[in-house]
Amino acid sequence: MRAAVIVFPGSNCDRDLAVAFEQAGFQVDMVWHKDAALPEGVDIVGVPGGFSYGDYLRCGAIAAQSPICKAVVDHTKRGGYAVGVCNGFQILTETGILPGALLRNAGLKYICRTIGLKVETSDSAFTEGYNAGDVIGIPIAHHDGNYFADDATLAKLQDQDRVAFTYTENPNGSVGDIAGILSENRRVLGMMPHPERAADDGHGGTDGTALFRALSGILTPA
Amino acid sequence: MKARVHVMLKNGVLDPQGEAVRHALGAMGFDQVEGVRQGKVIDLELAEGATEADITEMCEKLLANTVIERYEVELV
Repeated sequence: MRAAVIVFPGSNCDRDLAVAFEQAGFQVDMVWHKDAALPEGVDIVGVPGGFSYGDYLRCGAIAAQSPICKAVVDHTKRGGYAVGVCNGFQILTETGILPGALLRNAGLKYICRTIGLKVETSDSAFTEGYNAGDVIGIPIAHHDGNYFADDATLAKLQDQDRVAFTYTENPNGSVGDIAGILSENRRVLGMMPHPERAADDGHGGTDGTALFRALSGILTPA
Repeated sequence: MKARVHVMLKNGVLDPQGEAVRHALGAMGFDQVEGVRQGKVIDLELAEGATEADITEMCEKLLANTVIERYEVELV
């Protein structure tokens, strides 16, 4: 199993994400944003957290136009798996791979703490290691995590069981308490909380481990 | 040729920064302020031959996120 973790100028969770993949049994390639292609045989792409391009213009907007993002879009169009965490979620919405957008937190403050996250569906490669309704503790660390989608998009996400995670206590104003969503084919996950920061005993919590472990069993190359 | 692009959050999209500015103005005694929306102004310096269609494409692809923002182009 092979994972590619994209590295942008300003990424700061790329190595954490790589370690989480490695601990789940993946061979990981770090891929620079100027590369125009993913390595051969990649099963899943990880788009990490951080502050790509200094969050200039809008979070993730400039990263979404980078050469590697075109390759990531093609990979997901072929049915490939991808996960975007925090800034990675913002980038996936800016590329159009996932619907909606992430706005400034309603309370205007950067928030960095462990929050309660409710698993809304176990019907995905990312969440099948949990039971729907489980509440897990995962850290958030963001200033622009306020998920927005128009009413029609929100209804579609909910009708198609594509809300992966919700906050037990909404920290940022997200519509429908949404913390993470799935693509229509359920092979792309975007989420603001950081499962890779709760994947080792040294982190003070391991509730994120099940996400990476579940991924390792079922992937087929795109 | 120069163009000025105004980018604003769409009506109905919460603007917490505008709201914070409104609160601050109210606290300063400017009771007449009923609403504040904050946006961006982007000035483009363009080579000869650039068209309005080019600017529209720039807005659609990068300068604005039309999921949450609207834009207006002013040629100056």
